Amino acid sequence: MSRLLSRVGAAALGSLMSGSLLVSPVMAQQTVTVGAIEILSGPSAAYGTAIKGGLELAMDEINAAGGVLGGKKLGLIVEDSAGNKDQAVNAARKLVGRDKVPVVIGPTLSNEMFAVGPVTNDRKVVTIGTSTTAKGITEIGPFIFRTALPESDVVPVTLKAAKDKFGVKTIAMMYANDDAFSKSGFDSMKAAAEQLGLTIATIETFGSKDADFSAQLTKIKGLNVDAITISALVEPISGVVLQARQLGIPDSVRFIGGNGANSPKLGEIAGTAADGLLVGSPWFIAKKGETNEKFVSTFKQRYGKDPDQFAAQAYDTMYIVAKAIDTAGAADSDKIREALYKTDFNGVMGPFTFTEGRDPASNEGVVVLSMKNGRFEILE
Amino acid sequence: MLSQQLVNGLVLGSTYALFALGFTLIFGVLRVINLTYGFYFTIGAFVALTVAREFGANIWVALPVGALSAGVVAVVADWVLLTRLRRAKAGELSSLMVTLGAVLALYSLMAVFIGTDIQRFPFGFVDNTAIEFGSIRISLVQMLIVGTTFVLVAVLFLLLQRTKLGLMIRALAENEDAARLMGINVGLTVAAVSFLSGTLGGAAGVLIGLNFNAIQPFMGEHMMLRGFAVIIIGGLGDIRGALIAGVLLGVLEVLTAGYISSNAKEAVAFTILVLTLWFRPVGLFGRAQAKRA
Repeated sequence: MSRLLSRVGAAALGSLMSGSLLVSPVMAQQTVTVGAIEILSGPSAAYGTAIKGGLELAMDEINAAGGVLGGKKLGLIVEDSAGNKDQAVNAARKLVGRDKVPVVIGPTLSNEMFAVGPVTNDRKVVTIGTSTTAKGITEIGPFIFRTALPESDVVPVTLKAAKDKFGVKTIAMMYANDDAFSKSGFDSMKAAAEQLGLTIATIETFGSKDADFSAQLTKIKGLNVDAITISALVEPISGVVLQARQLGIPDSVRFIGGNGANSPKLGEIAGTAADGLLVGSPWFIAKKGETNEKFVSTFKQRYGKDPDQFAAQAYDTMYIVAKAIDTAGAADSDKIREALYKTDFNGVMGPFTFTEGRDPASNEGVVVLSMKNGRFEILE
Repeated sequence: MLSQQLVNGLVLGSTYALFALGFTLIFGVLRVINLTYGFYFTIGAFVALTVAREFGANIWVALPVGALSAGVVAVVADWVLLTRLRRAKAGELSSLMVTLGAVLALYSLMAVFIGTDIQRFPFGFVDNTAIEFGSIRISLVQMLIVGTTFVLVAVLFLLLQRTKLGLMIRALAENEDAARLMGINVGLTVAAVSFLSGTLGGAAGVLIGLNFNAIQPFMGEHMMLRGFAVIIIGGLGDIRGALIAGVLLGVLEVLTAGYISSNAKEAVAFTILVLTLWFRPVGLFGRAQAKRA
């Protein structure tokens, strides 16, 4: 009996001690900790690592400038999802249940968000995707926000630039018909093209793993279009572009790509065959403005490499969260949610506010890029 | 436009035929559906890519080096994977499963060490500008593919019909035990067939990788599906059948995509495949009981 008692006593003492170590009352007062779920291992780790870099850079700058809520430090716990939905959900449960964070940033992929969103929304914890562009993300629930511009906001800007600057009137449209991302991008392009009054001469499809596009391209060549839109991942886009030039589709017929074309790999695979391709991007490294130039140089200094679009989006998101915590006046999820609606921020991506539907309100920050000698340049 | 589409079809069809040649040879002679064949295709392309990049080799060096390396890999793979099964006279299903497991492991290993990013031959490795004949455009690589395919079919045909090695191979295809009783060195002949088919697969990998500029570990896996369709339509083990079926399939696919709908392109090969299996199970050009190499 006495042994049992002592064991219970020891256990109670142990839990007390560990408890006091975890949630030191002094620490809790001085730090507002937010959580993030990103892909830090596995084949897609590059995305999560870039996002983590952007978040931490912004956090340190905010803390150096005085922190949040009048002198408290901003803290960040980053959990690894490894690109796995289940692991992402477990990470969310841990962040919400144990760490009691008022805000979760991430997860990295739209697929993961569709699994994590319902969990965090249910627990009334604000969740902000920085890289989730698929349709329906913010419809998961009233606590789900995103700072990533959906494809349907970017594509109209690109098409409009093609129409205004190059007089594009008739287009052929191509997309990979076996991939959800490519199809969804095509739907946005088609809607935008119809809105702009462009004539769609033909719609051609191919498989994501196809290597031969000669039949579709020969048909398009015969239709004498002004431009060809393409929605697919970067590998098939490179193949299409190469074969188009080989089949004698002239350089004056520009390709207009969706988000998949926004990759330096396009130039590596297709070389100068990709020259003239237009693509819209929410951010570009050479974007003008003091905020962006400072971000690029400090990021480079700290991590020894150039930031990408994902780091930029994460960087802005951290600032938006910090501002919302200040506006809310407390590290309380409900109040932060209200405060996010009032966001009015000007960051590296441009001016930023949320819509009623918790999506980015403005696509003013979108830059149209044009490929030249295998590299992207801002289209002036 | 029709003439250009026919050229497109001929080129695409030649790639199918070129890929299917070695595959149908293995099946026709060794009676195994060897799924590692797709890996020979991949390895040929990667070896050629490496010698081109690292040593600045031109196409006339890179092509044979890539092809012969794939031949050596094929001999080793066949010996490691299938010798035991052959000795135990295991059924076709066992070799199918063993080679399926092996090829998936090999692709994954390549993906781990090389990565799944698409790679390409250095710019200017071959002159990729198209040559124009009236309204038709065709590149040098494409002419090389069509030419190589027809030449290889002829060479293979002569080898099988006119040489002693061909006679040994045909005897082995007919009946292994009888061949052995006739004093044929079965092990050596099996190795020769593996080498030939691996070399053909490797050559196909180099040329097709060059034409489509998309070299990555899983490139062979994607070709295997078409390869299957071509060798079944052409008749298993029938080399001329593979050539005709490959070209036919390429032309039909291109015409479907060009004049009906590109959505229907994928369906062509498999529709013909099912029809062939229903009405001509020996293949369009196979004769009943055909056991030809």
